[in-house]
Amino acid sequence: MSTRQSLEQQPQSFSPQSLSGKGTPLRDRIFMWALFLALAVGVFTLAVLLIYVTVKGWPRLDLRLITNMPSVRDPENAGAQSALTGSIWVITFTALIALPMGIMAALYLEEFARPSSKFQRFIEVNIQNLAAVPSIVYGILGLAVFARALALGQSVITASMTLALLVLPVIIISTREALRAVPRSIRDGSLALGATEWQTAYRQTLPAAVPGIATGTILALSRAIGEAAPLLLLGAVSFITFNPDGVLSNYTTMPIQIFNWTKESREEFQILAAATIVLLLVILLAMNFIAIWIRNRTQKRW
Amino acid sequence: MSTINPDATALTAAANSLRRSKPHYGERVIRGLLLLAAVVSVLTTFGIVISLLIPSIEFFTEIPIGDFLFGTTWTPLFMNGEFGVLPLVSGTLVITGIAIIVAIPLGLGSAIYLSEYASLRVRKVLKPTLEVLAGIPTVVFGFFALEFLTQLVLVKIFPGIEVFNALSAGIIMGIMIIPTIASLSEDAMAAVPSGLRDGAYALGSTKRQTAMKVVIPAALSGIVAAFVLGISRAIGETMIVTIAAGLQPQLTLNPLQGMQTMTSYIAAAGSGDLATGSIEYKSIFAVGLLLFILTFIMNVFSIRLVRRFRQVYQ
Repeated sequence: MSTRQSLEQQPQSFSPQSLSGKGTPLRDRIFMWALFLALAVGVFTLAVLLIYVTVKGWPRLDLRLITNMPSVRDPENAGAQSALTGSIWVITFTALIALPMGIMAALYLEEFARPSSKFQRFIEVNIQNLAAVPSIVYGILGLAVFARALALGQSVITASMTLALLVLPVIIISTREALRAVPRSIRDGSLALGATEWQTAYRQTLPAAVPGIATGTILALSRAIGEAAPLLLLGAVSFITFNPDGVLSNYTTMPIQIFNWTKESREEFQILAAATIVLLLVILLAMNFIAIWIRNRTQKRW
Repeated sequence: MSTINPDATALTAAANSLRRSKPHYGERVIRGLLLLAAVVSVLTTFGIVISLLIPSIEFFTEIPIGDFLFGTTWTPLFMNGEFGVLPLVSGTLVITGIAIIVAIPLGLGSAIYLSEYASLRVRKVLKPTLEVLAGIPTVVFGFFALEFLTQLVLVKIFPGIEVFNALSAGIIMGIMIIPTIASLSEDAMAAVPSGLRDGAYALGSTKRQTAMKVVIPAALSGIVAAFVLGISRAIGETMIVTIAAGLQPQLTLNPLQGMQTMTSYIAAAGSGDLATGSIEYKSIFAVGLLLFILTFIMNVFSIRLVRRFRQVYQ
């Protein structure tokens, strides 16, 4: 009894720091600084990258970037409008395909499937593996199935369907996490009042999970916007100086336009590439901030 | 007996009245639709395997599989082109090797710092920073590797370096996979029960000894899984190598030279307008199949390790 009391009175005397004596051994201090340095390298590189592209792209960071079309002859005035609109078209249809499908699949796995059945485990491992398949392999799939077998060609919809399959595993995984965070008692309450399984999932569980789903989805879509490799196989590299006018239209996207300019030897194109990178990064950072804002604003404590 | 019987019937009657009066067909339809959405992921895997396999089989009827796997010359666009994949494999391995040398110490070091040393305030700043690093598009990394690292830094250190070289691509790829390795390793270390740490401290260990001799061994399978997943990402990465490492298939270990990898061959050949039946078109799929098999083995290995790790501590 008396020992317990003394524990409660001076809990700090049992923290590891106070037991370790005065001063940290030199080897330990070096170790800690080495670890900190390891972390600093990544952060430092990120800072250098951001500063470098901003400084390099600065001369071309004006409205011409979004009002003008790409041009081979006139890099001084060329812009990235067709790439910007192309990215918006592609990502819109990617979202329209991947979102409902990902949420439905997650609802099935989390709310309807018998937990830890063999089939469920098979799908789970399958989704985890798909999340780690190289993106260029999705490009091959899109090329063989959507572009050639389904004869959709080098169109916006081919790109959107391919990117939708690419981000689907990420959306499913994050949606499942959001659904899992909704407490059991909400489902039980709904079922006890006579709601069916679907009514419970649709009217109680899903709305409660919306903030988490939104955050995960925005992050997944921001990955899709920056993705270039699969689109190389799907015709986005062709020189496009018009905005898409439909889902079967030819297109290019911002990462692909950056890639094309990187291949040009003239310095003006490198500056243009840097300016477009800044535009792309601003869009991605904005999406990230929105995602974090939603997460922080609607964070519910059950 | 007679008093119990009516009770029992009343109970079954009550149970029956709680059951649905009629089956909910709509409910079953919805369930079926949701199942269908979940099955799409399985179909995707099948789609990938089939779309890789069929052209690959046609490819291997023209090019013997032994010549493909062990040939040392890759000249698909020549008149009598040779399809020995080893130069692409060596290019992939050299660049991945450089990336690992960069990423494993930096990623693991970051993870140990974040998990064992960093104060809450420092974590709150540094973790999102790593997330931002993870969110940088690979085409941007490629641009940075070519324009900044090669042309402003590496040429001063290695005057003989080629404009397109494996070194810059490997280093930047290593930076790219730091967040993958750091965040997965940190998750593994965070899952180590604090009782193990307390025990080590109680025996007089310093923080370094606790981290190196208790936490890391305890989290080892999770950390290895992070490494494997990082390596798998490096092997499958396309844009950095396409932009910064050049498109010259060469069987060399010299990182100052340009190299072509499996992914950058697929990207380069696939972005041209190849005729569907041509051998060059089919070669994309054969290389893609090899890439898929390599990364698939690593991914499954890593998923298994994580699962086993979770079972130990839950």
